[in-house]
Amino acid sequence: MENALGEAQTIVVLGGTSEIGRAIADRLVTPSTRTVVLAGRRPTEMRVEELEEPGVVVVATPFDATDVAGHDAFVRRLVVDHGDLDVVVVAFGELADQAELDHDVERAAALIAVNYTGAVTVSLAVAAQFRRQGHGKLVVLSSVAGERVRKGNFVYGSSKAGLDGFAQGLGDSLAGTGASVLVVRPGFVHSRMTEGMKAAPFATTPSKVAAATVKALRRGSRTVWVPGTLRPVFSVFRHLPGAVWRRLPLG
Amino acid sequence: MTGRTLLTGWGRTAPSAAEVIVHSSRNTAALAGSVTSMPPRGGIPRGLGRSYGDPAQNGGGVVLRLQDDADETVVDRTSATATVPAGVSLDDLLDVIVPSGFFVPVTPGTRFVTIGGAIASDIHGKNHHVDGSFGSNVLRMSMMLADGSVVETSPGERPELFWATIGGMGLTGLVLDATIRLLPIETSQLAVDTDRVPDLDTLLTTMEESDRYFRYSVAWIDPMARGAHLGRSVLTRAEHATVDQLLPRDAVEPLAYAPGQRLRVPPIVPARGVINHWTIKAFNEIWYRKSPRRAVGRIHSIPAFFHPLDMVGAWNRLYGRIGFLQYQLLVPFGQEAALREVLERLAASGAPSFLSVLKRFGSANPAPLSFPAPGWTLTVDVPGATRGLSALFHTLDALVLDAGGRHYFAKDGHTTPAAIERGYPRLTEWRATRDTVDPGGAWASDLSRRLRLTG
Repeated sequence: MENALGEAQTIVVLGGTSEIGRAIADRLVTPSTRTVVLAGRRPTEMRVEELEEPGVVVVATPFDATDVAGHDAFVRRLVVDHGDLDVVVVAFGELADQAELDHDVERAAALIAVNYTGAVTVSLAVAAQFRRQGHGKLVVLSSVAGERVRKGNFVYGSSKAGLDGFAQGLGDSLAGTGASVLVVRPGFVHSRMTEGMKAAPFATTPSKVAAATVKALRRGSRTVWVPGTLRPVFSVFRHLPGAVWRRLPLG
Repeated sequence: MTGRTLLTGWGRTAPSAAEVIVHSSRNTAALAGSVTSMPPRGGIPRGLGRSYGDPAQNGGGVVLRLQDDADETVVDRTSATATVPAGVSLDDLLDVIVPSGFFVPVTPGTRFVTIGGAIASDIHGKNHHVDGSFGSNVLRMSMMLADGSVVETSPGERPELFWATIGGMGLTGLVLDATIRLLPIETSQLAVDTDRVPDLDTLLTTMEESDRYFRYSVAWIDPMARGAHLGRSVLTRAEHATVDQLLPRDAVEPLAYAPGQRLRVPPIVPARGVINHWTIKAFNEIWYRKSPRRAVGRIHSIPAFFHPLDMVGAWNRLYGRIGFLQYQLLVPFGQEAALREVLERLAASGAPSFLSVLKRFGSANPAPLSFPAPGWTLTVDVPGATRGLSALFHTLDALVLDAGGRHYFAKDGHTTPAAIERGYPRLTEWRATRDTVDPGGAWASDLSRRLRLTG
């Protein structure tokens, strides 16, 4: 159970190797925290010691975003092992070169299966648990790439657009249940996932995304843009005529 | 999943949703039906929700409310006792008993608490140094246990259950009614002495030396005053007034009692609240300066002396959407240095805090989870949005626990299971009693899960 300061006792990161997810967990840890669960395909690569602090148990556990049939059992298992889930961060996701996806439909389908389908099904399972326990906060890592999808990464962008819409709707559906959803929309984030890519304007870092996310959680916000300037920028982008949008040098 | 209500404590923090079930405490058949069919998340009784944190909420489970009529109270004038249904509030009870010349044995700073809640939190008031806590004035009670059975408890009958229920935060069973001591009064007024006290040392000495001459004694400290002004306060001490002390026009109806609400905070306060460093600093300054340097025997009404905040309805809204926390600590006598350090750290933090209260406790009762014990108790309100509040509270926790002190469940919103185990060394004993009356864990709350009270 979260305390009156909004401090979580149990934190779960789905996508336990995600730098953003880990940075969020790191910032959420307080003297009230008991457990941090890092869940992902490769539990042995989670480096649990990085998040360990006195009094906090950090666990790495296997989780497969594409095993949609197993998501509900996975969430129930977490509760049996660790009690109520206070904050769950959906941080997993894949990024791929659009040019490759143009000719590899199976890779495109696999990306959608992780970024959208898997995120949806596990979020539904988490939401069901939140209803059972009468409280809980779900953090969904969306992206500005979904706000207006661009030609340079439209498969990835569309997966985030879908997820963003889903997460907003889920948040609305949870009103009055004690549970809530925070949608995080970072811009370009310097991380392993984007290594070697040309940084877009307003680029940010996992630690800045984490700081903004934790602040938004404490305030009870439903969405947060990182950096905050991207919100007005994208409200302009959203309304640009298509002819202008596709000519913008955004890659 | 249907019919869930989002509940918080008075601090309006950490909401959770539960199914709220309402019965009269007289309807034991219906109550037994609800109690014996608790969902996996269990149930918890809730009075008027005046605890600050999460003891009267139970996410995903049941919250049981008793709706009782104060007219069902039975007052025994010869023994000066009253048998009261647990869902009756002190507010309603006072309406019944004050005009007939009695007062409640203990009242907290609000009269909007139920008898059941007063027992579960083992509340205290300004007379603790003389009369003890509320539980010390309960002669007997009837309870419904997790198996739906109704049992009698008193200090002589099932004493373990009786004392485990006093201060037991509703986790041992449902109190149905209780017989409590009443205090005979001649008038509904109080004769109040007020003294402005310049600093902490003077305050502690004055309280130590002269508390015993007054039934009621409490100091209001300005927690933002620093340096030489640290602990500057207004000490108020009082007795129930006799008829002779009243003005002739008030002596005509000496027991007249008409508490009222003068205004109510509307639900449209800005999200950040209106309570911040500057508004509170100004408030504390004005309030200290407007208090008389010394006044003796001034006549105050019951609401003005005991329940000044009740005159403003829903004042908790002033803190905005994020709500606020109340930090109440106890340090034993001899640990005044720790008390001073707590005040110094609070003042140095710049946390906007008003209405801090210092009270000297008398002796403890036998209840294992009762908060009051010989020592000093300090109570501070702080907005939840205060920067660095978590670190500050955890620092204060360490000071309090190292001094052999503890925290009050009815106010807590932030401590940890470890802090509770240190502060309440008899927790294991309490758990053992609880396990005998609730082996299946039918009673549970957000507080019990957060602090792992039930093991």
